[in-house]
Amino acid sequence: MNDFPTRRRVLAGMGILGLGALAGCGDSNKLSFKHGKDLSNEILGRTFRLKDPQGNEKTLSSFRGMMPMVFFGFTQCPAVCPTTLARAVQAKKLMGRDGDRLQVIFITLDPERDTPEVLDAYVKLFDPTFVALRGTLEQTAEVAKEFKVFFEKVPVGDTYTISHTSTSYVFDSRGVLRLGLSHSLTAQECAEDLLTVMEVC
Amino acid sequence: MKFVAKKLSVTTLNTVRHATLLIAALSFTGHAMAQTTVEDAWARATVPGQPATGAFMTLKADADSTLISVQSPAAKDTQIHQSTMKGDVMSMLPVDEVSLPAGEPVVFDANGYHIMLMGLVTQVKEGDTVPLTLKIKNAQGEEETLEVKAVARALNAPDHVHAH
Repeated sequence: MNDFPTRRRVLAGMGILGLGALAGCGDSNKLSFKHGKDLSNEILGRTFRLKDPQGNEKTLSSFRGMMPMVFFGFTQCPAVCPTTLARAVQAKKLMGRDGDRLQVIFITLDPERDTPEVLDAYVKLFDPTFVALRGTLEQTAEVAKEFKVFFEKVPVGDTYTISHTSTSYVFDSRGVLRLGLSHSLTAQECAEDLLTVMEVC
Repeated sequence: MKFVAKKLSVTTLNTVRHATLLIAALSFTGHAMAQTTVEDAWARATVPGQPATGAFMTLKADADSTLISVQSPAAKDTQIHQSTMKGDVMSMLPVDEVSLPAGEPVVFDANGYHIMLMGLVTQVKEGDTVPLTLKIKNAQGEEETLEVKAVARALNAPDHVHAH
């Protein structure tokens, strides 16, 4: 990316950590986030392989150069899923032009009911750049395990709901996991931490 | 708690498009009894093919009461659910009833109690009215029926998480 060096401005207050990070965007740099959890030393979600609604196979490296933010959910989720996606839309706006490099990825935990069509319409309604990914039940279980994401079908009447981890996982532009954003954070708080990731790599 | 779908027409869903988001709480059965008011009732719009969505509101009873059921012609199965967070795992599970302490607003939102409309009869579009029938019982065991019209907001509408 041409404008890459200009993004390496050190954030005020990052101090030594920021300078350390300048030395190169290696995997071991610890980051100091104001709100989210530093996941720089966790190795999660590196090898997923799922399909987008158009049937294209996607892996983490498909999003190289972007800052992927991965979230797990299902479209029948009334609460945390739409609010997390709506928050991602707001955070992206708050990031200004840097927001263009945020790639929101919604992985369904409910491939049985979330058809490619429903998934695509669902995420695109939030933002046309958002991507939905879907696998078979086995692939879904594997990917969740790889992210240490908990999910569990809970029978409700003659249907079911799904309890699941509500964290959003953020990778830097080289595919290194950096940040975990909890459901309780505001869009502003997410935007601040996302910019911190972006300053580093 | 589970209800069998009533074969009611849902044309109101598509035809009634109110500008107001505030709601009408209206028909009471019984006599001089406690009243429950509803504010800010809304439902989240869906995309085509999405079979479920949530409805949200604030309820306030003037005497200790209990919400015992919600029904809607918009869905095959309407339930009261509660979101709970354990660690970073969000669960949304049905509850049988919700206490409405006297004079205390009880917020139904993404983070707590909410109404789940499962098996939607048709897509809920922004601006549609989703009729809900709430049954509320007071301490004397008297039942009150509230007809609520929840107006659908965009699927991507932010929740009012930090508003209260």
